Amino acid sequence: MASLQEYLFVSGLLFAIGLAGVLVRRNIIVIFMCLELMLSAANLTLVAFSRFNTGPDGLPDYNGQVLVFFIITVAAAEVAVGLAIIVALYRARQTVDVEDLTSMRG
Amino acid sequence: MEGLFFYAFSGFAVIGALALVAFKNPVSSAMSMVASFLGLAALFISLNAYFVGIIQILVYAGAIMVLFVFIIMLLDLKAEERKTKYNPLFLVGGVFIPLVFLIQLCGILPHVPNAEPEPLHLKESARYFYDQEKEASKEEQSEIHKSLSKGDLPDVNLIGLTMFGHKGDNETIKTPGYNFPLQIVGVLLLVATVGVVALSLRKKTTGEPEPGDPDSRSEP
Repeated sequence: MASLQEYLFVSGLLFAIGLAGVLVRRNIIVIFMCLELMLSAANLTLVAFSRFNTGPDGLPDYNGQVLVFFIITVAAAEVAVGLAIIVALYRARQTVDVEDLTSMRG
Repeated sequence: MEGLFFYAFSGFAVIGALALVAFKNPVSSAMSMVASFLGLAALFISLNAYFVGIIQILVYAGAIMVLFVFIIMLLDLKAEERKTKYNPLFLVGGVFIPLVFLIQLCGILPHVPNAEPEPLHLKESARYFYDQEKEASKEEQSEIHKSLSKGDLPDVNLIGLTMFGHKGDNETIKTPGYNFPLQIVGVLLLVATVGVVALSLRKKTTGEPEPGDPDSRSEP
């Protein structure tokens, strides 16, 4: 089986790709997808630590997996609210390009 | 063999993530997001977290992807083209900042114990879940004990035990459970549902439909 370092590296790589997508892309829906990718990369870290920290009973530490469960729930709620905001924004402005949405720029 | 699967699925996830950033069409981006999440779910399953892997597929690759594709189709984003010139400053920042992050990560990783995971001795773990009060018959033992004795990992039951706590004198489970956070998450979901309905409500002031309103576009 692969070691802890390799899992953490894959997780960090996915997080970095998601961060790059948030900074580079201009379509707000794609930015939102990259945010989801970053959340999932954090989940991979939690599950890896859960598996590599076996407790006294010789089983993985399930507190980490419970936290992943909560993160997935919150992410689902976040997607629902975020997409509703995007639809409302599109109704008001007819664009999803972040460079055209500058009315809150100081 | 397991190492081969690890590299295959992590490569799958990383290539999916790169495609998500690189594709210009949002629908292609959504499909590559699904590919990336499927690779990630396979990595979860390789870490013996079967329940989390299945939830990842069901929630992300199922529900969330459908929601994204639905919104992309609803807003009709296919014709979205670059009108203005692309600012290269964003590209420099978008490559530079994640690169700094990766360099920091490579700096910290050698200090992480590079351990192989301990193999799970399920049959030995089973005695931690042996209930002495029900010693009489083997059938009355808990589901966790029965599965572990058979050599299966009952991770759904174990997650449930960790989430809802344990009142008996089981030495291995010391957590008080996550009953209160679970209820808070339920309230959060309720608030999100109400918020989505409130956000997508139309204004009652009837008159000319707004020109870019996606719902009114197809009306004659």
